[in-house]
This record gives sequence, structure tokens and C-alpha cells, in this order.
Amino acid sequence: MDIRIENLTKKYGGQRAVDRISFEVRTGEIVGFLGPNGAGKTTTMRMITGFIAPTEGNIYIGGKLLEDHADEIKRHIGYLPENNPLYPDMPVIDYLEYVAGLQGIPKEEVFPRIIEMIRITGLNPEKHKKIGELSKGFRQRVGLAQAMIHDPDILIMDEPTSGLDPNQIVEIRKLIRELGRHKTVILSTHILPEVEATCDRILIINRGKIVADGTSGLLRKQASGAEILRVRIEDGEPNTIFKALQKLDSTSQVGFVDGKKDRFEIQCHPGTSAAREVFRLCVEQQWMLTEMIPFETKLEDIFRKLTTN
Amino acid sequence: MTKREFGSFFDSLIAYVMLILFLGISGFFTWLFGTDVFLIGQASLGAFFSIAYWTLFFFIPALTMRLLAEEIRSGTIELLLTRAVTDRQVIIGKFLSTLLLIMVALAFTVPYVITIGSIGNLDVGAVICGYLGLILMSGAYISIGMWASSITRNQIVAYLTALFIGIFFHLFFGMLASGFRGFTGRLFHSLSMREHFDSISRGVLDSGDLVYFLSLIVLGLFLSEVSLARRNLQV
Repeated sequence: MDIRIENLTKKYGGQRAVDRISFEVRTGEIVGFLGPNGAGKTTTMRMITGFIAPTEGNIYIGGKLLEDHADEIKRHIGYLPENNPLYPDMPVIDYLEYVAGLQGIPKEEVFPRIIEMIRITGLNPEKHKKIGELSKGFRQRVGLAQAMIHDPDILIMDEPTSGLDPNQIVEIRKLIRELGRHKTVILSTHILPEVEATCDRILIINRGKIVADGTSGLLRKQASGAEILRVRIEDGEPNTIFKALQKLDSTSQVGFVDGKKDRFEIQCHPGTSAAREVFRLCVEQQWMLTEMIPFETKLEDIFRKLTTN
Repeated sequence: MTKREFGSFFDSLIAYVMLILFLGISGFFTWLFGTDVFLIGQASLGAFFSIAYWTLFFFIPALTMRLLAEEIRSGTIELLLTRAVTDRQVIIGKFLSTLLLIMVALAFTVPYVITIGSIGNLDVGAVICGYLGLILMSGAYISIGMWASSITRNQIVAYLTALFIGIFFHLFFGMLASGFRGFTGRLFHSLSMREHFDSISRGVLDSGDLVYFLSLIVLGLFLSEVSLARRNLQV
């Protein structure tokens, strides 16, 4: 099932929490919402899940308008809200059974589904405990299990890995990756490596607006535009090397790195690469080229550039 | 939905505490203390009904206070309302489960009826009507309590709000009715829970009483649904 969003707006009082955003998510795509706290990620997700109604704009899920087919569409959505709210007094299995009932799973399929979910999320050692007795990592798994129990076509997860330890984070990401092969997944996070590790596409949201949309590679290219090389050249007079590098056709700027005499940072003209020229120069001058690293713009830098004014 | 809510009363021990307290208090006053059955010297459950009338009044808000307030506070309401159920189903499910618990509590008092019935000649019709009156009254208070629970995330606020609204129906309208004449008097008279409850528990099943209880129930549930839908306007 695909999701299409048109001019979605949500106002709280006079403030626009979400401001006329439009985007599409195709079936089998994992999309990450990235943005600072309060950017409108959670509000957007709440509107897609039908928890709150938009002030303006339309949400189409599987080609159907959400507000007209809410009951039918809700069956196809699995939702893991922020902070993973659960009933601490309920035992894990009872809770999953209850959720299965609410989602309209036929009686005879309920237990096979619960067993399947416990297997997938690795809840087996803790399945008889009350939810309140579980550690945070296991609670998060219960949250995932409840979101997936009715085998939804769409999974919406608000900060799925918050509060987990590094091992659990890796596991959950792997799980999301696997799920994403067949399902449409939207997740939100403010952890940058997370979107890179799990998502096919990134939407950066700031102040209720989408400020960037694309794969992490594409975003990088857009943000920097020009390649940056870090090189280390030995056996030469630093100032001579510096000047020689500046004279190359493809370099626009050269600087020393960390005040060291033999390391240089070369910024190339957009669309060109200075790597070959640097190599030839060194061969001609009999300098020793010991390092050459193409330097990527970090996603952090893009994020900061787009979300701070 | 109803099943899980009913189960959750037992999961969190609320049901046990409530059952024991209700049976303890109503039993104590019915059999042992004050104007109990032996003092009256009649085979009548009047004493029990007037005790239950008050104990339920205090207990029901304690049961209803967490119904929605707790879900709003913990955020589970977000999960609940994004499931394949409507707001109305949620409200009705919670209402029915609480009513079911009250009915279980009342069912445990059936031995009282049997005991008294074995002592003397019991007006069976009046007893059945008395129970029906208690159930209808419980429904009305659950419905009020549900609304009180839907407007706040704080259970204490929900409890006190329900009690505050309830006391008007339970006591004040009756008191006001005796202080006014004419239309105002009749108005308060007809709003008083006591009037309607007494009239039913005397064994007279009047359509006016039924309308009174049912309209309180429907109004409370409707307002609860409205206040859930209010999340769309602001948060």
C-alpha cells in the first residue's frame, strides 16, 4: 500500500505544527522522518494513523481517502507511538491477544499470530511476565509486536529505537530492514546514523515543512556540491606544494589541515575531481603522496545546515 | 474490548478490593449495624438497598476514574484509537465492562435475598426491581464517571469531578426539590436520583424512571465521545 499526502496542515491555536507538506511513500519503501524535536514529525504520524484529524489537506492510503475509509484503512496500519505506551498491569500474551481482538483478527488465527510475533521479536523468555516487569528493551519489542500483530501493510514507528542499548538498536534496525522489503515503513528519529542505516529515503522536516527529500547520497550531493579531498604529501617544501596545488585546474581552494605541514584539504570545482591531477603533480615533482581521502560531507552537517537558521 | 477492560480490573486488583469492600460494607450495615433487617422485623431488603445506594455512589467513581484518564496520561489512548475500532466502541466497551463488574458485585449479594426469603415472605417483584434500580443507577453514575475521566489525565480530579456531579443527583436535587414549589420544585424533583430509585425499588416500574436513567447514561456516554473527539481541535 502506498501513502500519498497532499498539503497536509495541522494548526494548534494559531501555530502551524505541520505546514502544507506533501509527499509520497511507495509500497516497500522505508522512509525516515528526520528533524529536531518539535519539528512536526509526531504530529504528521498521528495524522497518518488517524489519531488526530488534519486541519487541512488530504491523506490517501492505498488510493483511498483516510477520512472516508478510516475504519478499513486502520486495519492496514501498525503503529508504534512515541514513548511506546503500554498497559503495565497486563501480561504480555494477554496484551497481544487483546490487541489481536481489537484489530479484528479471526479467533482461530489469533494464537498462531501471537506465537509468530513472539518468535520474530524474541520475546520468548519474557512472554509470561507482566509488561510492567519488563526491561525497556523488551517493552520496545512488545510495542513492535503489537504494531505488527495484524500483519499490516503499513508500519509507522515514532522513534522505534529510543532508549535501547546498542545491541538492541542493531537488532531492531535489522528487523525494520527485513520488514521493509514487503511493507511500507515510515519511521521518525533524530539519530542520524539510524536513518542512514535503515532508510531508503530521508525526509528532513523543520518547523512543519519538508526541507529536504531524497536518499542520503543525494542529500549529500545537494548539500556540498563539490568534492573535498584530503591529501598528505611528503618530501617537499610545504609552501611550494601549497602553491602547486592551488594552480591545478580543478581546485578551487586549498588549505592546511590541523596546522600540519604535510596535509592539505583541497576543495574541487563543482563536478570535477582533482584526484588525478594531484597524483600527476606528485609524480612530476617526485613528491611522496601517502594519503588521499575523498572527504564526504557528513549527514550531521547537512542536517544542521537545513534545520538551523 | 469489554473483556479486556473487565480483565484489567482484576489484573490490577481493583476488582478484588472493590468487591470485598462493597460486600463488607453492605453486609455489615445490612445484618449487623443500625437499622438492620432484625430491627425492622420485616422480611425486606430495604436496608440493603439503601446501603447499596450509598456505597455504589462512592465506589463507582473510584472504578471509572481511571477508565480514560489513565489512558490519556500514559498515552495508550493513542494506540487504542488508532486501532480498527471507533471512539464509540471504546466508550461503550469501557462502560459495559464496569457495569458488568457492578453486576458481579450485586450477584454476590443474592445470598442475602435467599436468607431473608427463607425467614419470611419476600416480595420477589420488589427485590428484582430493587436490583434493577441499582443497576440502572450504577449505569448512570458510570456514565457520569466516564465523562469526568475523559476530561482529565488526573485520576483524582476525575474521581472528585464524578463525585461532585453525582452528589447533585444523589442528594442536592432532592433537597432543593423540597425547598421549591411549582415548576422549579417539580424540575428538581424529577432530576433527583433518590426519587427515581425509590420509585423503582418499591416495585413500580415506571417508563418515566427508565427514561430518566437511560437518558443520563446516553448523555454521559455521548459527552465522553465528544470529549475524545476534541483532540482533533486542540491538544
